[in-house]
This record gives sequence, structure tokens and C-alpha cells, in this order.
Amino acid sequence: MSNLKAKDINETITWKEITLGCSVFEGGSAELVNTGDWRTIKPVIDMEKCKQCMLCVPVCPDMSIPVEEDGRRGEFNLFFCKGCGICAKVCPFDAITMIKDEK
Amino acid sequence: MGIRERLSGNEAIAVAMKQINPDVMGAFPITPSTEIPQYFSSYVDNGEVDTEFIAVESEHSAMSTCIGAQAAGCRAISATSSCGLSYMHEMLYVAASDRLPITLAVSCRALSGPININNDHSDAMSVRDAGWLMLFAETNQEAYDNYLQAMRIAEAVNLPIMICQDGFITSHAIENITLVEDDKVKDFVGEYKPEYSLLKGSMAVGPYATPAFYIEAKRQQAQAMIDAKDVIRSVSADFEKMTGRKYDLIEEYEMKDAERAIIIIGSSAGTAKEAIRGLRATGEKVGLIKIRSFRPFPAEEIARALKNVKVFAVMDKADSFNSHCGPIFAEVSAAMCVANINNPKGINIIYGLGGRDVRVESIERVFAQLDEIVKTGDVGESYRYLDVRE
Repeated sequence: MSNLKAKDINETITWKEITLGCSVFEGGSAELVNTGDWRTIKPVIDMEKCKQCMLCVPVCPDMSIPVEEDGRRGEFNLFFCKGCGICAKVCPFDAITMIKDEK
Repeated sequence: MGIRERLSGNEAIAVAMKQINPDVMGAFPITPSTEIPQYFSSYVDNGEVDTEFIAVESEHSAMSTCIGAQAAGCRAISATSSCGLSYMHEMLYVAASDRLPITLAVSCRALSGPININNDHSDAMSVRDAGWLMLFAETNQEAYDNYLQAMRIAEAVNLPIMICQDGFITSHAIENITLVEDDKVKDFVGEYKPEYSLLKGSMAVGPYATPAFYIEAKRQQAQAMIDAKDVIRSVSADFEKMTGRKYDLIEEYEMKDAERAIIIIGSSAGTAKEAIRGLRATGEKVGLIKIRSFRPFPAEEIARALKNVKVFAVMDKADSFNSHCGPIFAEVSAAMCVANINNPKGINIIYGLGGRDVRVESIERVFAQLDEIVKTGDVGESYRYLDVRE
């Protein structure tokens, strides 16, 4: 039993070493877990069609649409993206298309 | 020396809480445990304790409050009965698996239905696999004494603990009791100093565990329950040094040469002792094993205590409705099987459900049934109801 960080709790840990109740002794540990690998389809953006209306940014459940310092949306960050397609659905300009994701 | 008093079981628990002065109580009233938070809230109101009393809207929230408070590094307590305990069910598992040593006083009462407010153990027995330590009391004195020992036991193994007594029978009956002086209680219980807590630094409590981690966490939790047996013995020994009152995982009464024995839990042990005194006076070799610690279950101790009897009856104040036995009979049978003891014959007696009176004569009838088995060598039906109208 110990006060381990998320990176130290991996699939080799024994029952004697695991933290009490699987507690994790830091915040923000989701950054270590690539939940985007569940995805079967992914969004792609056509920057020619994008008008920077920003409707897609707040509807993304997974923080996959970064907003740059100049206030414009950037390319998708797919680390947490599950391919839900809400961004493509809300885009009024058909700038976002969902395509098959290949690994 | 102690302080001579006369208190109901509920008030005795509330007095123990006052003497300990825990950090947080989250509670919701339900018969017959209502008096515990009721008494305690008056202590809060009178400034006799500096506990944060959180009046919640349900037992689910009462236990959630305790979980949050204990995770923050506080001593958290609650009290409940019957359907209230059932309503906590989900959070009881969270408390145990998050390894939070919360203390919960339970005044045991039947579960509905038919709806009933009186005593049996169907509430406590239905949460027996939640991962909580569970101590049962025969008398008001024992309920109080168990409560004083509860936090030291729970905090040593990082598991929550239930201090159970029988609703109305001890919770409301006033008995003579010897209290421990306030300063001695404070010294005995000590301060809660958890190694980790939410207020001590960055920490996530109760995260999601995938199949790659869940069973390791559970194995570790199981070890804490195994380790608790020695902890209970050692805290009980310290308690005996302070008060002279001796406690163990089980109590053996007239077991030395007993040929017929009953295994019982809770207040009816007192009734059974009276029956045994009477039967012993007429030369009958009868005895009793009282279970104080139901979780951890004293399997080896019970098997050892039973190995020389001819026949035994396990008394269950709750039924498992599995068509063959109640919960304590199942555990005792497993204990005998693992200890490879096949000789004594055992039957299960379901009794006292929904507050059905358990009298000295009721226990005498059980010993008479055991006598019949000894004489005929035939166990007959092993799953029996006591004092039910045929």
C-alpha cells in the first residue's frame, strides 16, 4: 500500500502494492489514458469550408477541438475523440466529415 | 472504576459518540435507531461536542456524507436501521472498497414486508457481503463497549465498521450500565490521523478500476478483513485492561463439557444463557456460543468450540430464503467443512422474525429438539422454524 502516481499503477502491480481503493495520488491522470483508441470513425475538417463560427467547439464532449491563441479553432486532437460525430452534425457549412478510422 | 448509569442501548451509543466527539455525523431518522441522531443532535446543539451534524434527506446521502467526510480525513459516523440500511446499500460497498473506516450504529430491525418495525437481523444480514466489519451486542453494555472499540479496529485495517444491537430489545430497554470516564475514552480511542486524505494533498478517491485492477483491489480488501481478527483481539485486550470487561470474537458459555450447543448472535444470547442455567441445574450438558464478530467471521474459533459436541443448533434471526438455511448456519457449516469436522450433527433454527418474542422456554424447546436428535440419531429436517403456529 502506497501513495502512487497514475503512471506507477500499471498492469504488473500486485494486490499487495496497489493503492487503497485504487486511489490515485495526483489530479489530471486521464491524460495518461488514450480513450480515443475506442474510435472507429473520426472527424476531418476542411479548413477551406470552415468559417470559424465555433459552433463545434462547445458541443465536443471530449475536448478534442483545441482553440488557438488567436481565438480560432485548430485541427482535431484525437487523443480522447470517440468519433461521436456531434461536431459534424452541428457544422452549418459541411466543413466536417466523418471518415473510417484506420489504425 | 467507571460511572454507574442506566441507559437504553440507543442512548448508550449516543453517549459513546459524545465521549469520542467525532468530526462529522450524517444521519437520517428511522425506527428504532432514530434516538441515536436525536440524542446526538442535542449534544451538538448544547455545545457538548463540536461535531458537524449534517441532517440529510435520505440514508443514501447519510452514507455519502460519511464517505466524503472520511475521505477528507475526518472521523465520520451515522446510525440507521432496516430499510434505511438497505437504502445505504450501494454506498456501503463504496465506503468499504474506498477503505474508509466509517462507524455506523445499527439498531437491527426486520425488513419489509409485511411491514414491521420490530427486531430481527434481516437488515444486517442482507449487507453482510458489503465489506464492513460487523460486531453484535447482547446487552446495552456490550453495544456501548463495542462502540468504544470500533474506531480503533476500523482505522487499523482501513475498513468501515457496523456496531449492531437488537432494535427495541436493547435499543429501547433501559439497563444498568457502566460508562468509561470521558478522559479515558479519549485516551483509548485516540486521534484519527490517516496517512492519506483529500485535504492532505492531491488525491483521487474512488476512481474507475478496469478489469486489470479491480480484482487486485478486492484481494487487498479481503486481506484487511482477514487481518481484522487479530486487531479485534488486540483492541479487546486493551479494552479489558482499561475496564476489566473481556471480549473476544466469540463468547463460549458452558461449553467445556457441553453435548448440545446453540450458536446465537445478539440479545437472545442472554435469554439462552438463562435457559442454560436452568437446564444445567437439572444436570443437562448444554452450552452456547455467542458470535460477537460476525465480520470477520470467526470460522476456526467456532469449529474448534463445536468439535466435541454431539449436536448443535445454529439460530438465525433472518432467513436466506434459499430453501435450506439461514446465513449463520451456512457460515458455520462452511467453517466445519473447512476444519474437516463431520461428527457433530447440526440443525438450523429460524427464530424471532419481525420481533416474535424469544423466551427462555423457546430456547428450552430448541435444546429439547437437539435431545431428540441425540436419542434417535436422526437429524430429520435441518431447516426449522421456531415457535411458528402450525
